[in-house]
Amino acid sequence: MRNIWTIAKKEYDHYFISPIAYVVAFAILLAIGVVFGINFFYFTQNAYQNFGAVPDISPVTGVFVFLLVLSTPALTMRLISDEARMGTLELLLTAPLKDSELVIGKWLGGMLYILTLIAVTLIYPIMLNGIKIGSFTLLNGFVSPGIDMNIMLTSYLGIILIAGVFLALGTGVSAMFTNQIAAFFASFALFFFLWWLVGFPANVLTGSSAEFFRYLDMQSHFYGALSNGIINLSDLVYYVSLIALGLFTGTVAVEMRRWR
Amino acid sequence: MIQVNGLIKDYGARRALHSITFDANQGEIVGFLGPNGAGKTTTMRILTGYMPPTDGTAIVAGYDIVEESLEVRKRVGYLPETVPLYTDMTALEYLKFMADLRHIPNSKDRAYETLEQVNLADRANGYIGNFSKGMRQRVGLAQALIHRPEVLILDEPTIGLDPAQVVEMRNVIKEIGKDRTVLLSTHILTEAQNLCDRVLIINKGKIVAEDTPENLQSRLVGSQRVVLRVRGDSDGLDSTIKKVKGTTRIETKDEETVEFEFSSGQDVRPQVAKAVIQAGYELIEMRPVGMSLEEIFLELTQDTPTGKKS
Repeated sequence: MRNIWTIAKKEYDHYFISPIAYVVAFAILLAIGVVFGINFFYFTQNAYQNFGAVPDISPVTGVFVFLLVLSTPALTMRLISDEARMGTLELLLTAPLKDSELVIGKWLGGMLYILTLIAVTLIYPIMLNGIKIGSFTLLNGFVSPGIDMNIMLTSYLGIILIAGVFLALGTGVSAMFTNQIAAFFASFALFFFLWWLVGFPANVLTGSSAEFFRYLDMQSHFYGALSNGIINLSDLVYYVSLIALGLFTGTVAVEMRRWR
Repeated sequence: MIQVNGLIKDYGARRALHSITFDANQGEIVGFLGPNGAGKTTTMRILTGYMPPTDGTAIVAGYDIVEESLEVRKRVGYLPETVPLYTDMTALEYLKFMADLRHIPNSKDRAYETLEQVNLADRANGYIGNFSKGMRQRVGLAQALIHRPEVLILDEPTIGLDPAQVVEMRNVIKEIGKDRTVLLSTHILTEAQNLCDRVLIINKGKIVAEDTPENLQSRLVGSQRVVLRVRGDSDGLDSTIKKVKGTTRIETKDEETVEFEFSSGQDVRPQVAKAVIQAGYELIEMRPVGMSLEEIFLELTQDTPTGKKS
């Protein structure tokens, strides 16, 4: 446990001295900010006419998970591949540290970074929640409870789980490569497949085979449930198993390096 | 401290180590000498738990390298050939990280102490990326020393250093080797000669010789050859030397120089010097040209030994 933390902390610190992490943070926060701004603008404009307009966080969270597909490969590509390239992997593999601790530590470092980013985006729900349309008597009462807390909490849980999956799979892929650009594209291809392609057969098939592909589809577990405030055990199992799969693959890949 | 028994390593179809057996005791500096690609790094990587052997066993610091790899790694300090450093960290940050990985309490203090030990304390907060080759090598050594290991394994510790740094590095290693086991690899023969209590010569994955540097020399060369030079006229010099008991194979090289041999057991150089001076010659030089470790090494590591140079 202590070793995992030592590795995670080093990785976390490293993100704040690497340009890539800042570029990723800038891109994600800018995109979310723009989407939020536009939605906020339309919401306040429409609030006069539209009785049912309730401030909603899903435009922010919906964009966030999409951006994770594009940005997490950049966060994970160098995690292990760069250690191999620089020769420092030899240092870590001869330190009293299990291969699994190394991989989990690397993943946790990425997780802490994403959690920091997620914490920054909490400004949006706080702002939405603080909208005082109470001065317009007509609308008073409709929005006074603020945003739907269930949707917000499950959406954020979904974001954390999806980030966890991408980072775990990305760490696993990084362990297989010595070149970080190769690791980037391999992870990106894998995420693209899981996010957009794997669920595709569900549209043309019927019956249990359609169900099977629908279950494999990463999107459906988020947009179909978590982003609507619904927590299904099957969705959590799906994401947690993918995290475990990524970390396991990474550990095996590190172990295989010893045999080369 | 290190007991290696029949270690074999295959890389695919290529056998890199052919059943290597040796041991090293506490307070001993053992040199691993061999040409590039002889299997030095492979052996060291196996002993440090980086990779498992194909066959054979090794006990390091009392633990089996395969069964109890983590215990071995706790007790071994390792400096790989390409010094593994995080160039975007400061020396202190790097060593603190390594100390934390080894669960050392007050890791920052220990990191600083270790930097003092390798004479880098004044650059503790400098980024490793800005360090010279010699400084990087010292940071690497500090990393290997940080947990005060019982066994130290150093792969080419002085490679790429300037002469002053080489001397400094050797002194540090000598100091450490007083109470701990040091296994170091090198292809520089003078280094093995100066530093090691025992030398293992390895070639093509086999140990071809094992002894102290001195014994290796005398084992291969039964007699010692000396060059003697005088100023001015040297007529009759060879016969003067011939009169001294124990000298053989006297050979006049040029006007001023004569070479002779004597058997390793009895050093006749003082008597020769006395005789030459008493005969009125101006003696200006007398030096051994005995087969160097270099020649021994070439002889042992080549398939067809080249003829001895006289």
